[in-house]
Amino acid sequence: MNVHADVARRRIEELLGTSDEQILRRWSALAKAPVDELKELYQALRTALAEEGSDLADIRGLLAELSRDRVRRGHTPSDTARAVFGLKEAVYEVVEADGGPEALRGFIWFSRLIDDLGLYTIETYATAREKVILDQAEQLLELSTPVVKLWDGIVAVPLVGTLDSARTQVVMEKLLQTLVDTGSEHAVIDITGVPAVDTQVAQHLLKTVVAARLMGAECVISGISPQIAYTIVTLGIEFGDIVTKATLADALAYTLRRSGIEFGEGRRTQIAIRAEDA
Amino acid sequence: MTDGGRMPIASNADVVAVRQQVRAVAIEAGMSLIDQTKVVTAASELARNVLVHAGGGRVTVEVVDDGRRRGLRLAFSDEGPGIADVEQALVDGYTTGPGLGLGLGGSRRLVDQFDLTSAPGEGTTIVVTKWARG
Repeated sequence: MNVHADVARRRIEELLGTSDEQILRRWSALAKAPVDELKELYQALRTALAEEGSDLADIRGLLAELSRDRVRRGHTPSDTARAVFGLKEAVYEVVEADGGPEALRGFIWFSRLIDDLGLYTIETYATAREKVILDQAEQLLELSTPVVKLWDGIVAVPLVGTLDSARTQVVMEKLLQTLVDTGSEHAVIDITGVPAVDTQVAQHLLKTVVAARLMGAECVISGISPQIAYTIVTLGIEFGDIVTKATLADALAYTLRRSGIEFGEGRRTQIAIRAEDA
Repeated sequence: MTDGGRMPIASNADVVAVRQQVRAVAIEAGMSLIDQTKVVTAASELARNVLVHAGGGRVTVEVVDDGRRRGLRLAFSDEGPGIADVEQALVDGYTTGPGLGLGLGGSRRLVDQFDLTSAPGEGTTIVVTKWARG
């Protein structure tokens, strides 16, 4: 049985060698790809087959490259796999012309090999995609939770985008930790960048405010746009005695005043002097 | 993602996708920013209800036109445990979960038409319509 398989395999290798021109031309037509692009792959395949016990690493590398290349040029991964499968048909025509039982038996083996290689191109594609998604998820989490210091004793969290439970929890923990680390007594949660506030988001906000309050800090929620204000009222959410402001600037002014820092006097005096000068 | 405006609700990511899709369709229907925000918020509440109470379901998002004005119709359905007392479920502050208990009643106030069909063990279907004004 093993001897048979070996003979069959060798017969295919021979055919790949003797009819290479014909197979390549036919493959190129079937795969709708230029002969030059496939030639390197074809040579690598022959070299790998000639080597006893080759792990096909070279050809896998070439296939990965081909797969990436074709995706960049707008081909779907199925297109690429189909192009690889095209080689089976091209070789089968040669096998059929040969007609020998070894060649036919060998073709089964060859077909299985090409199936593996075709699937490998899809696998490469999926792996590349997966990596992009993972990278993006990581970047997103990184940029999603900045806690910034606005003034001595005043920190702010600008929230942007969709607040799901996982993200809100990260933001909450980070804010509470920053309150401790900086010894701040005031925190501003700015929701200008949040497109919609539903009951879950509101609940998260309320919990954060209460938690901060337990730690002796006062929270102000800012960035409440008219449409969000209207929606919150219609939903029936009560913000109770939590201070809310329309803009971050209002919230900063409020927290500064609460911290006992006053700017108003000095500025008014200056303006008055200028008025007198004029 | 969509199949004739039909979207699955099986995870938190799907709730976000529903919200984005409803926003896109609301803009297409010519809704004002306030109306967009209202219908998006209602969609968010109802989609999360499907996820939390029934473990998943689906929503159909479509633009409707009654000849005078355009609007948005959202049909949420699930095969969850259903709602035994619909009147009570719509009362503000009533909840069987850890939420605020405002989602269902609040959503009804955010849209123009609200039809809830449910029976214990037979799942829940909620069809809401929001018309664009002017």
